[in-house]
Amino acid sequence: MSPDLLIKNAHIIDPGQDIDTTGDILVSQGKIKSIGKDVKETGIPIIDASGLIACPGFVDVHCHLREPGFEAKETIESGTAAAAHGGFTTVCCMPNTNPPLDNLASIDYVNNTAARKGVIRVLPVGCITKGRAGKEMTEMMEMANAGCVGFSDDGSPVTNSRVMSLAMEYAASLNTLIIDHCEDTELSRDGQINDGWVAARLGLKGIPAAAEESMVARDIALARMTGTRLHITHVSTAGSVELIRNAKKEGIHITADATPHHLTLTEEAVLKNIAKNGISLAYDTNAKVNPPLRSQSDIEALIRALNDGTIDAIATDHAPHSTEDKLCELDTAAFGISGFETAFGVLMTLVNTGKIQLTTLLACLTHKPAGIIGEKYGVTATLRESSSADIVLLDLNKIWKVNARSFYSKGKNTPFNGIDLKGSVAATIFQGNFAYRDSMLEVTG
Amino acid sequence: MPEKVLLNSADIERALVRVAHEIVERNKGASNVVFVGIKTRGVPLAQRLAKIILDMEKVDAPVGSLDITLYRDDVSSLSFKHVVQQSNVPFDISNRHVILVDDVFYTGRSIRAALDALMDLGRAETIQLAVLIDRGHRELPIRADFVGKNIPTARNEEIKVYISEVDDVDKVTVMKPGDGGGDERE
Amino acid sequence: MNVNETKLSVSGHESFPSLSIELWQHRHVLDLDDFSCDEVNLVFEIADAMSEVISRDVKKVPTLRGKTIATMFFEPSTRTRSSFELAAKYLSADTVSLDSIKSSVAKGESLIDSLRTLQALGVDTIVMRHPCSGAPYIAAQNLETSIINAGDGCHAHPSQGLLDMYTLRRHLGDLNGRKVVIVGDITHSRVAGSNIWATKALGVKLTLCAPPTLLPHGLHAMLKKCSLDHVTVEHDLDVAIRDADAVMPLRLQKERQQSGLISSIREYIQLYQLTPQRLSLAKPGAIVMHPGPMNEGIEISHEVAYSSQSLIEEQVTNGVAVRMALLYLITGGKIR
Repeated sequence: MSPDLLIKNAHIIDPGQDIDTTGDILVSQGKIKSIGKDVKETGIPIIDASGLIACPGFVDVHCHLREPGFEAKETIESGTAAAAHGGFTTVCCMPNTNPPLDNLASIDYVNNTAARKGVIRVLPVGCITKGRAGKEMTEMMEMANAGCVGFSDDGSPVTNSRVMSLAMEYAASLNTLIIDHCEDTELSRDGQINDGWVAARLGLKGIPAAAEESMVARDIALARMTGTRLHITHVSTAGSVELIRNAKKEGIHITADATPHHLTLTEEAVLKNIAKNGISLAYDTNAKVNPPLRSQSDIEALIRALNDGTIDAIATDHAPHSTEDKLCELDTAAFGISGFETAFGVLMTLVNTGKIQLTTLLACLTHKPAGIIGEKYGVTATLRESSSADIVLLDLNKIWKVNARSFYSKGKNTPFNGIDLKGSVAATIFQGNFAYRDSMLEVTG
Repeated sequence: MPEKVLLNSADIERALVRVAHEIVERNKGASNVVFVGIKTRGVPLAQRLAKIILDMEKVDAPVGSLDITLYRDDVSSLSFKHVVQQSNVPFDISNRHVILVDDVFYTGRSIRAALDALMDLGRAETIQLAVLIDRGHRELPIRADFVGKNIPTARNEEIKVYISEVDDVDKVTVMKPGDGGGDERE
Repeated sequence: MNVNETKLSVSGHESFPSLSIELWQHRHVLDLDDFSCDEVNLVFEIADAMSEVISRDVKKVPTLRGKTIATMFFEPSTRTRSSFELAAKYLSADTVSLDSIKSSVAKGESLIDSLRTLQALGVDTIVMRHPCSGAPYIAAQNLETSIINAGDGCHAHPSQGLLDMYTLRRHLGDLNGRKVVIVGDITHSRVAGSNIWATKALGVKLTLCAPPTLLPHGLHAMLKKCSLDHVTVEHDLDVAIRDADAVMPLRLQKERQQSGLISSIREYIQLYQLTPQRLSLAKPGAIVMHPGPMNEGIEISHEVAYSSQSLIEEQVTNGVAVRMALLYLITGGKIR
């Protein structure tokens, strides 16, 4: 039983209910008891949240917790601590573990471990195909019943369209979600970064936008055919945005997310970050990610899509790796960015430069991704009375320097290391408990 | 104190003529003599000596140029590198009397390097050293065979040789420290 | 050895140092993108001196006595490796060569670990070839030892770029305004990669000629972004070769057909082989170079390869002189 808690004088923003006010939030027995002005309560811990924003805890539909199998990169314990540090109270973890999450037992393993070691809610995503081999469907019904939030072969797209369409038919009948990492692996073969000028400059094989877009187009056609709920994750190109926009107009059940890094960095990030000892060029493996960082015009298209709702959510695609996986040749370096702990600060650069509204950003981190998941997992990501007390306190004015070494995540792989960000997470409360609390935030009473 | 002129153009010419005579005398003529000048100013001095001997003996002694950078004993150390220049000794020095020519003879380290360089070019009958100025302060057991002018100096003085082919004027000067001016070579 | 007794005329041209050594600020030689015209010319001036050393009977100077140079080749190479090793030996450096393909990598040792071992052994300079673009940059960022890139993936091969331009300069003099054509598999060519920068530094006009499938997609964008307006791209060799002062065909690897990048070797030969007929479209007496190893009868015909216009053998000799110059500049003395 968690102790009760009173959050005083917070700037409360709940995009799901169009709430934007100043007031107090009373938490009791892990749930929100009341929201209002001058809530009087004595004998319980009190946070003076003056100057802070209180909003529903963030929801991430795409991350990698690496357990089981890759505990050197991340564990459910370290990953959820990192997520909480980033303001997240619900994360959906991808099934490309070892063994992959392709059966009931592995889903149970994640759920049990998360219950024991996790500090926030973990919802596992199951594989679409056994062993992520793209050939045979998994036992989706059984896994869905065990709490699998959706299905994806993330990292290894289902290239066989027939297999994908069958899985989508199953998913439609289960009213569950197909999350696809869209990549034509023939077009992207040996590719390291975006197929643009930087790839030519560095002598690297490129991953063309068409590798993503052709698969998005196929998935849309299959979703049209099967009527499934399709979620296109980590959208990176202007062309994909256009395909999704048109599919939505047509009424196809499609949603999409983009990542903080695809919204803020271009392919040129690979060149940055290291220039010492008179070395003129960098091959920063920390900016190697799949899909690759694209061009400025792609960023602009993604931001427009956030603003017009074509892109529904922001997902971190938190992909932690060990030092050895990144301290090597770029060709052999692992794809991925450790994203939980920089997500909010990085996204605030979009707000601070006037590219998106704060409420749009918070909507894309709260009730909109919660809506994609569906209500059956108890994730509403709104501050309704009697809903789970999943709350994040945000300090929009705090300027801080990214220091990967201080990450809670085991993955220190970030292209943002060393940069200054404005906007940080002061506390993350999950079911009434502190999952993360900044040491500067005082709790009295 | 300004740069003080020790030798003017005529002094240099007289010294070279005397050295040329000594070379011919020592080698019983000039028929088997070749000149190798150490870059930079040893080269025009070698050319002048050869010209004097041509006029005097009607013997056209070949002149080569030697860059000693690759043989210096300070390349691997922390001191600064030098631009390596091409050596040009387009004749065989084997069994010849090689007159090695330099402008200032000081510590002896340049001559040591030049001797190593010459050894790599062939087996000379003899190697003889001709210098315009000997200012003393040897650090190696090396001596000159022909000296244009002995000028006793203090270590902190700077001897500068100007040769018209390089510097547009012929003169030798001395400067006390703090007078400014360029580096002394060698 | 040249035993012709020529006498330098008293008024004759004698070169005095025209460039200051202080121009040289490189701790590593990773590519030529950070080389100015003067720096390239400084390398050439020193390479001239090294050429003279190579032409002697006794090809050895004591310059780098007591220095150790390691060659670390993560992919097979005989030419470049022997060229660097000879260059080091002519300068009296000790050399150690690590057959990294067989040893450490096979045991799963990481690149950085292998290099750190060499550094701990007290090696002064590491000459490194690696199949991954950028590997020498990762090395340079993580090590104190000087790195010379002897070819990385599809990215750069700076000593080759320098020796190509050095060879051209010896025959054409000032290269400003000259036109060079590189024809072949540009996508996979680190030689083309470094020559793009070498030609820029020297004011040479460069034409890259290849079928579209052997050019990187981002090439045009890169040329624009990096202000490489001396480079033009052309698919038709008969057009590209007009008025060329020099032509350099690149090796076409047979795997390119297997991976579908070209339809057939036969068609490639018809369209892109440097033949006497094609060469006649260039400037009269145009120079032919090739970075080697050649596929005679594929990218270059036998007649052209061994014609009087071909400097392919001289490139190999000049390679040693240029690499001696680089080793001298990198290993001899310390900057700062």
